Amino acid sequence: MHEPYHEWLRREGRIVVVGASLAGLRAAETLRAEGFAGSLTMIGDEPHPPYDRPPLSKAVLLGRAAPDRTELPRRREIDADWRLGVAAIGLDLAGRRVRLADGGEVPYDRLLIATGVRARPWPDEDEARLDGVFVLRTRGDAVRLHRRLKASPRRVFVIGAGFTGSEIASACRQQGLAVTVAERADAPLVGALGSVVGAVAADLHREGGVDLRTNVQVTALEGDRVGRVRAAHLSDGSVVETDVVVVALGAVRNTEWLAGSGLAAGPRGVACDAGCRAFDVRGIVTDDVFVAGDVARSPHPLFGYQFLSLEHWGNAVAQAEVAAHNMISGSSDRRPHLWVPAFWSSQFGVNIKSIGVPSMGTEIMITQGSLAERRFVGVYGHQGRVIAAVSFDNTRWLDFYQRLIETGAPFPVEFTTVDRRPEGRRPVPAAFPDPSLPTHGPTVTVSGYAPSDRRLVFTPARP
Amino acid sequence: MTDSSLLRRITDPASRADPYPLYEELRRTPVLHEEEGGAYAVSRYHDILALLHDPRISSDDRRLADRGDDELPGPEGTVLPPSFIRLDPPEHDRLRRIANSAFGPPHRPHRIDGMRGELAGIVGELLDGLASAAAGGGEIDLVDEFAYPFPVTVICRLLGVPREDEPRFRGWVDVIVAGLDPETRHDPAAPAQRAARQARVQLGMYLAGLVEERSREPRDDMLSDLVAGRGPDGAMSTMEVLSTAVLLLIAGHETTVNLITNGMLTLLRHPEHLERLREDAAYGVPVVEELLRYEPPVQLLPSRTCITDIEVHGVTIPEGARIWLMLAAGNRDPERFADPGRFDPDRPDNEHLGFGSGVHICFGAPLARLEAQIALTELARRLDGPRLLQDPPPYRLSPVLRGPRHLPLGVDGVRPRQDG
Ligand SMILES: Cc1cc2nc3c(=O)[nH]c(=O)nc-3n(C[C@H](O)[C@H](O)[C@H](O)COP(=O)(O)OP(=O)(O)OC[C@H]3O[C@@H](n4cnc5c(N)ncnc54)[C@H](O)[C@@H]3O)c2cc1C
Ligand code: HEM
Repeated sequence: MHEPYHEWLRREGRIVVVGASLAGLRAAETLRAEGFAGSLTMIGDEPHPPYDRPPLSKAVLLGRAAPDRTELPRRREIDADWRLGVAAIGLDLAGRRVRLADGGEVPYDRLLIATGVRARPWPDEDEARLDGVFVLRTRGDAVRLHRRLKASPRRVFVIGAGFTGSEIASACRQQGLAVTVAERADAPLVGALGSVVGAVAADLHREGGVDLRTNVQVTALEGDRVGRVRAAHLSDGSVVETDVVVVALGAVRNTEWLAGSGLAAGPRGVACDAGCRAFDVRGIVTDDVFVAGDVARSPHPLFGYQFLSLEHWGNAVAQAEVAAHNMISGSSDRRPHLWVPAFWSSQFGVNIKSIGVPSMGTEIMITQGSLAERRFVGVYGHQGRVIAAVSFDNTRWLDFYQRLIETGAPFPVEFTTVDRRPEGRRPVPAAFPDPSLPTHGPTVTVSGYAPSDRRLVFTPARP
Repeated sequence: MTDSSLLRRITDPASRADPYPLYEELRRTPVLHEEEGGAYAVSRYHDILALLHDPRISSDDRRLADRGDDELPGPEGTVLPPSFIRLDPPEHDRLRRIANSAFGPPHRPHRIDGMRGELAGIVGELLDGLASAAAGGGEIDLVDEFAYPFPVTVICRLLGVPREDEPRFRGWVDVIVAGLDPETRHDPAAPAQRAARQARVQLGMYLAGLVEERSREPRDDMLSDLVAGRGPDGAMSTMEVLSTAVLLLIAGHETTVNLITNGMLTLLRHPEHLERLREDAAYGVPVVEELLRYEPPVQLLPSRTCITDIEVHGVTIPEGARIWLMLAAGNRDPERFADPGRFDPDRPDNEHLGFGSGVHICFGAPLARLEAQIALTELARRLDGPRLLQDPPPYRLSPVLRGPRHLPLGVDGVRPRQDG
């Protein structure tokens, strides 16, 4: 049952989606699948129809997939008015209009913000402009980088050993290119997974033939007379000659177009509630503006209601589906976005997957397999509860650990498991560089399987 | 409670033709434990799925009091080590990885797809063979004359058994598979069991010889790859190769027979789908998926055990207890599948449990799917006027690997092959 307004909205309302990528597309498909019959406008500043990004640092760099062949598979027809190659530059909240770079304006009854993130550029603009300096976020980036890698550079220099940087290093090594990786922390992936797991990642790099430099910062990129990059200078005084530099320093949220709109949008993303409705600057939730994907920050009950910003493919899909559903539903039919964060990566021949929020973990224990064999499941604990898990080549067990996270299972994990090794009986510090420690609150757990019947069970904190 | 206990009624051969009402009853008690020392039957989709991913659950027979007896004597009368279906990580994972490097991507990406033509050829020949029997508006038995010989021939080609040895090989396999029949299985003196033991020894020796040949002179087949060990895990020992070869043989045999036979039975009961398949070969893909949900060849997984006390749906299953994962009941759980009793190949999001899930998920699934798709599509195209002569047909006794023992069909004829 829908009240009259939502009946009308579903029949002839106007929905505008800004950001025509993964979250935008999946939201549009969900809207149509749920019976939205009004007008749908898709606004995207990239010239391409929605494509998939994860292959860009994997199959595409390896030459196994053409960069222009990563369109997202369509789940259904969406019958939309596509405005591609044109950016949204402003939002009139009161007048319910999106302003476009071509001078046009698009009115809406419901707006979805799905503008994602972009690669954080190298901070020195002149150095960033040197020929041979790349970032990797878009199809265009991938085409340019791939072309350069095919021309057999003498060395590829990767700045930053997060997931993207590590995947790029791995792909380059697989093609026999010489690679140097510079990382500020003591190992790759430390920010995401902590030093215990980071040490395994460091082994993967070194065994894969990467010249891995940790605990260093890149202080400058040096160009030659014709403006091609020729060397990178490091904080330990060393200089590495290179003809390709890939800057993999994380992402910047695409929220500038919302400046001054009155929405709670800023460098950390657009804040929204668990139902994907955007907050305005007064902290009041809007009823007609929704957010999904990498650009969103939303509170998650399993993680102390912290606002999480997730750059995860699966999150973009799940959040888009919830946002779309809620956009055309009355309040009693709305659903919370209770997705347990999950991320995967493949590098140096290993499939890595994490669920939950590892960086909130203070301790880790290896409940299956062994670090030395690079095949294991590690469980992260936070204040006596399981908060996350990571697997190296052991993905098939993770559903079990997801249940542990969802039900707030106790940590350390005392019960026996198959393939438990002596090293995995005790927790050790997970060793994140900058542990964030949310306060201890009540226990919240998730129950139910289908999106429509997922429920929260709230247990007040014991004294 | 004892003689009419639900699990006994489920395993009773009299229920074989239609166990589904019993499964419905079973799902009302999500974890059913009826007898002291008996199994704990788990029948709801989400519980089964959770247990298949639960590292507190073991597949290792040696953790159970009453083990099965599917091991095969090795060449010198030694007993082969357990195959990976009966092992836990890390041994399971190592052996499965090596087996996989001989079977699929990344090392052998085209092994299965490359068999497409060969599978179609085998199916074509079997159907040609049916033509004479069918000629006078005759009767055929789909099991004996088609579904049964097909998977053994396929496994022979996959492993690399030379064509001239196929009849001998099939002879042994027939006897071994007959020995798995629960009726005689626990009577070592029964002639079928004696014959099966004999055949195991002969098959073991034959395979050992072949393994030795392939390690000296590798060819483009799975046995050669298993002994060559190209991947980072190296090679299997000869004994490991033998148990893996036997596993592939047994695990891929009756299952595939039943999928094809259940498939034809279901399609004849729902002729509009048979008609659609005849017109559109691509329909074979969703048809086979729905069959794996609706009439799964492996109805339950009977030999899991937990290595610590676990709680499922409020019931504590004690360490060492036997757990039955009722795949076929989970496949018709209305909490997961809308209108579960309806055969509907068009249903969206059909993540059935027919191949299991988790680390033991069916290794041969890509092959099994292809075999069934080709077999059913060709049957739909080439059998002229097929009709069931007996419905329900007689069933095999096993409640685990469930399927018709015979499927007598009346046919007006067999159409010639459409080549191309
Ligand atoms: C190289 C790479 C590898 C990755 N690998 C993985 C992986 O292995 N696993 C994983 O889970 N995730 C991975 N990700 C992350 C995943 O791709 C993202 O989570 C996902 O793309 C988020 O989708 P989105 O639609 O929210 O944002 P985006 O895909 O960033 O899309 C936002 C779109 O909005 C457009 N836009 C921005 N501003 C405006 C504006 N003002 N007007 C109009 N349009 C605008 C952007 O150009 C873009 O097209 C990877 C990402 C990259 C780049
Ligand atoms: C329709 C056909 C088939 C069905 C329904 C089927 C079903 C299954 C199921 C349910 C399992 C899980 C067992 C468990 O979890 O204990 C399994 C495992 C297995 N299957 Fe199949 N199977 C089929 C065909 C095949 C074929 C053709 C092969 C061989 C080529 C094969 C080889 C295996 C192997 C080796 C395992 C063990 C995997 C492991 O333990 O890791 N199967 N199968």
